[in-house]
Amino acid sequence: MIVASVGNVLVWAVWMAAAFACLGSGIAVVSFSNPFFSALALIGNLGSLAVLYLLLSAEFVAAAQVLVYAGAVMVMFLFVIAYIGPRQESPWAGGPSWQAVGAVLAAGALMVEIIVVIGLKASGSLAHSAHIGAAFGSPSEIGRLFLTDHLLAFEVTSIILLVAAIGGVILGEHARREVPGARALRARGSRSGP
Amino acid sequence: MLERYAPEDREAGHESREPMLGPSATWYLGVAAFLFSTGALGVLLRRNPLIVLLSLEIMLNGANLALIGYARHLGDGAGQIFAIAVMAVAASEVVVGLGLVVALNRRRVPLDVDRLNSLRG
Repeated sequence: MIVASVGNVLVWAVWMAAAFACLGSGIAVVSFSNPFFSALALIGNLGSLAVLYLLLSAEFVAAAQVLVYAGAVMVMFLFVIAYIGPRQESPWAGGPSWQAVGAVLAAGALMVEIIVVIGLKASGSLAHSAHIGAAFGSPSEIGRLFLTDHLLAFEVTSIILLVAAIGGVILGEHARREVPGARALRARGSRSGP
Repeated sequence: MLERYAPEDREAGHESREPMLGPSATWYLGVAAFLFSTGALGVLLRRNPLIVLLSLEIMLNGANLALIGYARHLGDGAGQIFAIAVMAVAASEVVVGLGLVVALNRRRVPLDVDRLNSLRG
């Protein structure tokens, strides 16, 4: 009993640290003016999310999160940011515009909406979680589900990745060619703004 | 050797885990809701397409957290499968989005989503 309560306190402590790191780095991504720092904050966000996944006994997804997101995707982001060069953009410059106020209101409404729906529809059934086997979330279980129950999802995912790879190659190749509309866009962009 | 790793053996109960320690699924869903709306705020507010893409990642991760929280809560692995599929879709989206950003940059088009309005009707 004592061991169980110590474990409970420990899990709560880890959860608190990971959840606050997650929320703080999420806000940091949105509010940093330099995209490089935003990308670095997103790496912290993904890492703390991986800790939350581990607490939810999703070991394979946590490992995939760190490898795929924090490894591959974020390295690609950092390469593109380094290629484009630092571009500062301060979201709150020049006082609150109607656009910024509308965005904050819409995001707040979205959050209130989600929380109200969860509270109304699911709060009663969320107190007691199901018991799970020791294999839950392990690579063998994920692999078994992927190759038996969710084979179609597995194949469709591979097709999506193939199409995205082809699209990336095509976008990178056609970027060298000049298109008629680009000059007009450039001319519009060199003006001082709307 | 194969039988040792058979899932039926693991699910038989003699090796089952403790009931969920720490916060219940409601707390995880609250974090997921906050993350999703933070990402939505970034998508609506920021004008740099790179930061819009990063905020989109936050939204997808909020949805992933909700999926995995429900998978643990219901004891069903399908939510984790869905989360991995969402990760693959996010990786594809980043490839196409960053390809667009690089293409825009090569044509010296301003990187501002408010000014990219050639397709507006």
